[in-house]
Amino acid sequence: MIKDWVLEELTVDQKLEPMVKPPITKVQIAQYAGASSDFNPLHLDDDFAKKIGLDGVIVHGMLVMAFLGEYVMKIAGNEAWLANFKMRFGKMTVPGDEIRCSGAVARTYEEQGKRCIALELTAEKVSGEIVGAGSAILHLHAIVK
Amino acid sequence: MNLDKSVIGLMSNEYVFEIEGRHVGQFAAAVGDDNPLYSDEQYAAQSAYAGLIVPPTFPIAMNDGKVELPIQLDQRRMLHGEQEFLYYQPIRIGDRLHCRIKVSDLYDKEGKSGNMQFLKLDTEMKDETGELVCISRMNIVYRAANN
Repeated sequence: MIKDWVLEELTVDQKLEPMVKPPITKVQIAQYAGASSDFNPLHLDDDFAKKIGLDGVIVHGMLVMAFLGEYVMKIAGNEAWLANFKMRFGKMTVPGDEIRCSGAVARTYEEQGKRCIALELTAEKVSGEIVGAGSAILHLHAIVK
Repeated sequence: MNLDKSVIGLMSNEYVFEIEGRHVGQFAAAVGDDNPLYSDEQYAAQSAYAGLIVPPTFPIAMNDGKVELPIQLDQRRMLHGEQEFLYYQPIRIGDRLHCRIKVSDLYDKEGKSGNMQFLKLDTEMKDETGELVCISRMNIVYRAANN
């Protein structure tokens, strides 16, 4: 991800360089299940997923949100605080999907003397299907020396 | 059976969750998130956070697997529609956070497939002085029961 801007100078509607994640593997799903203690068979057992009418296992929605979290923290760099982060779940994600995270500046404002930046975030498949739509609020802080 | 408004305000027992470095490392590795704010002490010390923190969705992993709300929910009808995190203080390795799940709202909406209910569950995480650190807010679609 190329960062050719500084946070303080971001302006409304400015688009931020997207971040593309490598295709999600079943191993990654298993790792995430372990790290998050979410062992729902929907994410781990193809036979179970087929029994309930899916083609196979689906990816944890929270893993997709974690990708957006990685993206927003890359934008925040080392000079901003994340104050709020939310995401609405869209289409299902399956193993092999490549997720692209993108964002734009929704608004900038001051709150209690702090500069705040509201971002709009999207996680989508290469096909353009949206798997997560969200937002984040960054508070700019002076870096502690 | 549908839920009624009396569930609003119901709470789970409090549980204490301790943030371990190994757990944070496993979580970041599973996501493939290599941000040095989670692993490089020197880098993190120079940042706005003034020290190591955890990834922004890590609070979702802060459950002890045993905590229960005093209501009967049918897992098959639950769909995680939206997730929100409200951050008040940084979460750091070594923290022992006091957590409690609360039903903060329940409302109805008429959908294509009949009446749908929306349940808002807040996990409030506080430090040992009782100061709020983070709220993890889950918006759950509680679908009509299929018979």
